[in-house]
Amino acid sequence: MSIWEYANPKKFMQTSAWALPWLTGLSVLCLIAGLIWGFFFTPDDYKQGSTVKIIYLHVPSAMMAINAWVMMLVASLIWLVRRHHVSALAARAAAPIGLTFTAIALVTGALWGQPMWGTWWAWDPRLTSFLILALFYLGYIALWQAIDDPDTAADLTSVLCMVGSVFALLSRYAVNFWNQGLHQGASLSLDKEENVSDVFWFPLLVCIAGFVLLFVTLVLMRTRTEIRARRLQALLARERLA
Amino acid sequence: MIPDLGKYATAVLGSYAASILLILLLVALSVLRGRRVKRQLAEVEARQGKTNV
Repeated sequence: MSIWEYANPKKFMQTSAWALPWLTGLSVLCLIAGLIWGFFFTPDDYKQGSTVKIIYLHVPSAMMAINAWVMMLVASLIWLVRRHHVSALAARAAAPIGLTFTAIALVTGALWGQPMWGTWWAWDPRLTSFLILALFYLGYIALWQAIDDPDTAADLTSVLCMVGSVFALLSRYAVNFWNQGLHQGASLSLDKEENVSDVFWFPLLVCIAGFVLLFVTLVLMRTRTEIRARRLQALLARERLA
Repeated sequence: MIPDLGKYATAVLGSYAASILLILLLVALSVLRGRRVKRQLAEVEARQGKTNV
């Protein structure tokens, strides 16, 4: 069986209909368990006090804001190379989810930054590149809305997605590229000797799993809607011509 | 039941409230649009005698 079978809308609809209830249940379970664990059953940090509880929202949402764009990039490249409509529609479906995660990362970052840094906002490399990423999400969504022909819209948004990938990468590595600004480096890394303490790390892992599962669930759900919307437009166009 | 958040209560509770609100809004909009498009497609397909997707 090849992965390209899922580029067939019928196959995609069948498989996603089977997977969605499981994914929905798992994402709700992980999110509720992770957030309750983090909020109610973890201690305050010796430096940051109770604001450390914001990590369970800020880090997973920031990670997914960047990863959503990476997923859109892969889907866009598949569209440009292989012309599979499902991949273009999946990229379109993922954009509002990525924008929401970016907004959560920016809002929780501001609420965390105020008591820790004494300011809601600074033109720090990571914060600025994240704001630009949010603007790219808005532009991407607007471009899809602005063009009537779906194939042309998919082509142009794919190009925009490739350009925006520079800022998605910058958001991730801004702290390393420009060793300045208020934002700290990565709190979690597989190759670092020291990460956050286990008492914060384990509930954070559950929250990250919850955000990943929520993203996959919503992408599948919204891609199903986009496939139906595309078919609806085609049928209506045929009706108008008849 | 709610842990003592001290002087940072506004920041912590505000973060949770804003994030949960944004997530619920995204889910609600996705579900509502999904249902609307599915219903419209079913209507058009029934009118044209096509198979449901």
